[in-house]
Amino acid sequence: MNYWPLAGIAIVVAGFALRFNPLLVVVTAALVTGVLAGLDLVAVIEALGKAFNDNRYISVTWIILPVIGLLERYGLQQRARAVIEGIRGATMGKLLTIYLLFRQITAALGLTSLGGHPQTVRPLVAPMAEAAAEKSHGELADEDREKVKAMSAATDNIGLFFGEDIFFAIASILLIQGVFESYGYPLTPLQLSVWAIPTAICAFIIHGWRIRSLDRRLGRAGA
Amino acid sequence: MITYEWLYILTGGFFLVWSLLSLRDAKWGNAAFWGLLAASFLFGSHLSDFANGVLVLALVGIAGLGLLKRSDPATTTLEERQAHSDRLGNRLFLPALIVPLTAVAGTLLYNYTPLSESGLLAERRETLILFSLGTLIALTSAMLWLRPPVLAAAEEGRRLLDSIGWAGILPQMLAALGAVFALAGVGDIIGGIAGAIIPDGSIFLTVVVFALGMALFTMIMGNAFAAFPVMAAAIGIPLLVEGYGGNPAVIGAVGMLAGFCGTLMTPMAANFNIVPAALLELKDQNAVIRQQVGTALPLWVCNVVIIYVGAFLLWS
Repeated sequence: MNYWPLAGIAIVVAGFALRFNPLLVVVTAALVTGVLAGLDLVAVIEALGKAFNDNRYISVTWIILPVIGLLERYGLQQRARAVIEGIRGATMGKLLTIYLLFRQITAALGLTSLGGHPQTVRPLVAPMAEAAAEKSHGELADEDREKVKAMSAATDNIGLFFGEDIFFAIASILLIQGVFESYGYPLTPLQLSVWAIPTAICAFIIHGWRIRSLDRRLGRAGA
Repeated sequence: MITYEWLYILTGGFFLVWSLLSLRDAKWGNAAFWGLLAASFLFGSHLSDFANGVLVLALVGIAGLGLLKRSDPATTTLEERQAHSDRLGNRLFLPALIVPLTAVAGTLLYNYTPLSESGLLAERRETLILFSLGTLIALTSAMLWLRPPVLAAAEEGRRLLDSIGWAGILPQMLAALGAVFALAGVGDIIGGIAGAIIPDGSIFLTVVVFALGMALFTMIMGNAFAAFPVMAAAIGIPLLVEGYGGNPAVIGAVGMLAGFCGTLMTPMAANFNIVPAALLELKDQNAVIRQQVGTALPLWVCNVVIIYVGAFLLWS
C-alpha cells in the first residue's frame, strides 16, 4: 500500500502547530496529498476548485453580519448585559448551564438553527455570561474575560453536538443508517437516536460541572 | 423553484458590496479577497473546475501573504451605544430573533404542511433558504425601524467580516481538502492501519481502538462524517458487530458521538472552533478548543463505557 498520501496529514498537523496561515496550510496539504497519490497537479487543482465551488453553501451564512453589526451599533450587547444585571441571583454558572440545557433540548427537537456563533453567541450569550461573571466577581482580568467568552462558545458547541443526534432526522443519524444498511444491517433512525441519550446526559453533567468550576475559579482569583 | 443558486447570487452581491467598500477604504488586499469570493459566488457555477481552482489559489495567496487587514469603519461610541440601549430597551432583541425563528418556524411549516408539495423550495435545502429569507426580513425591518445612515449596515457588516478575516472561508476550504483526501484514498489507508493494530480477542480493547480511531480521524478531517464510514468499515462492522456479536445500533450511534468528542478538540473543525474565536475577538485562536478539551476527554471515556455496556454486556 502507498502510505505517502498521509504526508498531507503531517503537513496539516505541523502547519497548525507552527502557526502558518491555516488557509495556506490546508491548500498545501491538498496539493501535496493529491500529487503523492499519483494525480497530476492540474487534476488536483481541478478537484480543489470543484469541491470549493460545491461547498459554497457553507459560507452563505455570513450574510447575517450586517444585521448583527447594525444591532450592535444600536447597543445590542449593552442590552444583553443590562438584562442579566437586572436579574437578581444571576451567575455565569447558572446562565451557561441553562443555555446548555436549552441548546441540547432544542437540538434534540431538530431546532438546531436556534443557536450558533454569529447569531446568538457573539451578540447575546457571551456578553450575558461576561455581565453575570462581573456581577458576582467584580471587574474581570483580560485573561478571565477571554475564558468566559470562550466557554460561552464551547457551551454552544457541546449543547449542539450532544443534543442533535437525539433527533432522528438529522444528517449524522441518516449517515449511520446508510452505512449499516450497505453492510446488511437495516436499522431505524429511532433505534439509533435513543442511544444518543446516555451520552447527552453525560455531556450535560460533565460540562455543567466544568461551567460551575470555572465560575468558582473566577471567584477565587478575584478574592 | 428557489435553489442554492439564488442564495449564491445574493451572497455574491453582499461580498461585492464589501469589496467595493474596502476599495473605498484603500484596503487593497481586502478588496481583492472579498472581490474574488464575490466572483466565486456570482460566477462559480459557470466557471471550469480549473478556473475555480485557480481562484482558490489566488484567495489563499492573498491571505497567505498577510494582505488581509482588520478595518475600522465609522461607528457609534460605547457611550452612544449605552444610550441607544437604554432608549430602545428589549425591543432590540426582536430583529435578532427574526432570523432563527424564520429558519425554525419556516422549516417546520414547510415540512409538516402541504406546502412541501408545492416545490417552492429545493428539496432538503429549505433551512438555509429560510435562514437567508429571515436575514433579509431582519435587515429590512431593522433599517426601517432604526433609520441608520444608508451604508451603516454594510459598514458594520464589513467590520465584523474583517475581524473574522480568512477564517471566514476556512470551513469551506476544509470541506474541499476533505474531497481531495477522499480522492487520494486517505480514508482507506487510515482504516487499514486501524484494522491492523487491533489486539486479538479483547472486546474491550477493540471498543477502545474503535472509539479512539473515530476521535483521532475526526480530528484530522475536522468532521466525524468523514471518519464514520472508514472506521465502521475497518473495525465497527467486521470486528465489533460480526466478530463479537455487538448491538449494531449502539456501535453506530455512540461511535459517531465518540467522533464528535474529536470535533471539539481540533482546529480543523474551523466553523465550530476557530471562527467563534475570531468572532469573539479572542487573542488565542485556540481559546475555544482549550475550554472544550476538559469536557471532550471524560465524555469520550463515557462513550467507550456506553458502547461496551450497551452493545455487549446488556445485549448478550
